[in-house]
Amino acid sequence: MTDATWAAVLLWTLVFIYAIAGSIDFGSGFWALFYFKRTDVKAAMIASRYLSPLWEVTNVFLVLFAVSLVVLFPHAAFTLGNMLLVPGNLILILLTIRTVFMVYAHTSERFAYPLKFISGITGLLIPALLLTVFPIAQGGFSQRVGDHYILSLSALFSSPATYTYVALGILSELFLSSLFLGDYSRVADDRSAFITYRRQVLWLGPVTIIVAFICLWSISATAPWLRHGLILQGSWFVLSGTLFLLGMAMVLLARKPTDFSYRIGVIAIVLQYLMAMFAYGRAHMPYLVYPIVSIYDSFTNAEMFRAAIMVLIIGIAILFPGFIWFWRLFLENKAYLQKS
Amino acid sequence: MPLNHVVLARSLFGTSLAFHIIFATLGVGIPLLVAVAEITYALTRDSDYAIMAKRWTRGFTVILAVSITTGTIVALQLSLLWPRFMQVVGQVIALPFLIEVFAFFIEAVFMSIYVYAADRIPHKWRILSVSFVAIGAAMSALLITDANSFMNTPRGFRMENGRAVDVHPWLAVFNPALPTQDTHVLISAYMAVPFVLATIAANALVRRNISSREREHHTKALMLTLFLGGFFGILTAISGDLSGKFLAKYQPAKLAVAEGLFHTTKAAPLIIGGWPDASTQQVIGGLRIPGVLSFLATDRFDGVVKGLDTIPKSLWPPLISHELFDTMVGLGTLLILIAVIGWLFKTIRMRKTQYPFPKWYLFIVMLSGIMAIGAIECGWLYAELSRQPWTIYGIMRTAEAVTGAPYVGTMFILFILLYALLTIGTISVLRAYFLRHPLANDIEPGPIRPRKVVWLP
Repeated sequence: MTDATWAAVLLWTLVFIYAIAGSIDFGSGFWALFYFKRTDVKAAMIASRYLSPLWEVTNVFLVLFAVSLVVLFPHAAFTLGNMLLVPGNLILILLTIRTVFMVYAHTSERFAYPLKFISGITGLLIPALLLTVFPIAQGGFSQRVGDHYILSLSALFSSPATYTYVALGILSELFLSSLFLGDYSRVADDRSAFITYRRQVLWLGPVTIIVAFICLWSISATAPWLRHGLILQGSWFVLSGTLFLLGMAMVLLARKPTDFSYRIGVIAIVLQYLMAMFAYGRAHMPYLVYPIVSIYDSFTNAEMFRAAIMVLIIGIAILFPGFIWFWRLFLENKAYLQKS
Repeated sequence: MPLNHVVLARSLFGTSLAFHIIFATLGVGIPLLVAVAEITYALTRDSDYAIMAKRWTRGFTVILAVSITTGTIVALQLSLLWPRFMQVVGQVIALPFLIEVFAFFIEAVFMSIYVYAADRIPHKWRILSVSFVAIGAAMSALLITDANSFMNTPRGFRMENGRAVDVHPWLAVFNPALPTQDTHVLISAYMAVPFVLATIAANALVRRNISSREREHHTKALMLTLFLGGFFGILTAISGDLSGKFLAKYQPAKLAVAEGLFHTTKAAPLIIGGWPDASTQQVIGGLRIPGVLSFLATDRFDGVVKGLDTIPKSLWPPLISHELFDTMVGLGTLLILIAVIGWLFKTIRMRKTQYPFPKWYLFIVMLSGIMAIGAIECGWLYAELSRQPWTIYGIMRTAEAVTGAPYVGTMFILFILLYALLTIGTISVLRAYFLRHPLANDIEPGPIRPRKVVWLP
């Protein structure tokens, strides 16, 4: 494997982490809103509690991704920067409103509901807009102007492929966040919340898979080059599907918060997403944006690559124990979870 | 590219930064003050300081949210608005951006621990965690300023056919402008934030219906913040002087435009105020002090200071830089004066009365917060404008760096609306919170007996 391939793997790993963490983060915001007025279920409380310390960590991965793209593939960052001016800035506006209004809601008891309403809804829109980057990278929506490319917004938003990606993004967000909040209520030993989220997982899972198939079909119809790559990765997709079935079976088996099989289900479904994204990433190679930017012609110089990898290794070495501590204090801590 | 496209892109990015640096400055300074208050509490067992830390932190969580999100905006807008610039950044000066992410991670994790887990960890650990928040915030500021200092004194590469060659990433990191610029930015944030918090204390002290217990609390807060503001104010002045000497050596045009010096001069006068006029190449009006500019820049009253005539007129930075520079220095000087007057009042009158500050003085202190933020904004504007027309000094012009994409104007309007919303939202939420949670609910009503007396001057 060349340095550029390693860099692409690293970048794609960051996308995967942000996809999972962001889904949980934004999805929890939505569920906190959805169950806000239902005082009979503690589902909203569980979602809020999960959310409070998490969003800052999720945000780190978004910035880390953006910075890593500039560091590892500066020439791709140039092309993408020109193309993403409108969607990128809209995402930033939504992200700001979502985060700031969520923090406002924590501080203002009187207006908590309208504030949570705005942050919950924008939290649904963010993944939808983020997912439009996938059809953009798939190619066909840009035109060359001088030495750079600009995005054709009308072409992007009139393509059905865009909307299947968007639907897959929103459903995955709701599915994954329900899955994790179920596990979170399991750790908190909260029966009513556990049952609520488990029920959601059981219907959101199959729906998400159906939309994933529609998405693959629409890719085949619009991007022959990518269909070719996806077929070559068929065995990874089969593995991903198997993990999905295993995960759903394990969730089905877990009827009480004390059943550990739920946790196995969570791990299986995270692995399912990992396999599917790995296969998609491999099929996409070597293009970052088809057919104008490949990982080879946009890769940074050798000196910067070496220095950046060194910084990343040291950084992750610091980040990791910090994250473990964080996990123990907030995500796996009964005292924190049950505090009212 | 049409010129107004560049102007629009600069306006959008400038608005984002102007808004962000207010919150970023607060985000760097407040954790330091919270840490000082926590340590003071640990040393004196005076619960007033614990309450100060608690209430500052409460406001800080909202400010930090705005600071983080606007910081994310700035980080990503760099790539969206200045793709050509970021292409060079990625090849040469990407390391501070990358390290900054980890510094920010440290800040975020310890902030969560300090805020959400405060009741579950011992006091010693709380001091430790808030100190890490302060360290993380300071590192972020230093690293991002490093990227800016690279824009002033680019090192560690050559440009060949649009690509950077012969790249030495660490040489770019440790560029000559780094020490002076980093010091000045960090110390000036530490100067500004105490004055903002002093404003809040003074605001409470001038109210008529204040109880004597509340008055005692706010007087302590005022003395602590004024001391820190004055202390870092003097350090800021020293670091500013060093920055001037640095400019004289490395970026003479930047110093010349700050001082309105058109011609290279021996024994150059310091011109305070006045209006630099390009046609006559003179400063109209203003107070002239002979030889002082030479002394400040070169340590000798008869030293030679390079003027704007050393560079072609087409490369002159906007002459308004002189006004911005003088406003920054003027506000900074006034703030130091305010702190010194406060110290005099305290020293002279403390024996006679418990509340040494007269009302007229408190009204002046109420202005100090806005003055401090104004000084920060002027300093930043000066630093950016006086580098024009370059974005990377001598290598890339701002007009070359700009995006080719349309709709920048639409985005500019949307972001102005966003920042207006955030301004109104943040002020209302903080006001509502502190009205609903008045100080009286937090402080112990009876007289408090600290274990030791206050150790600060």
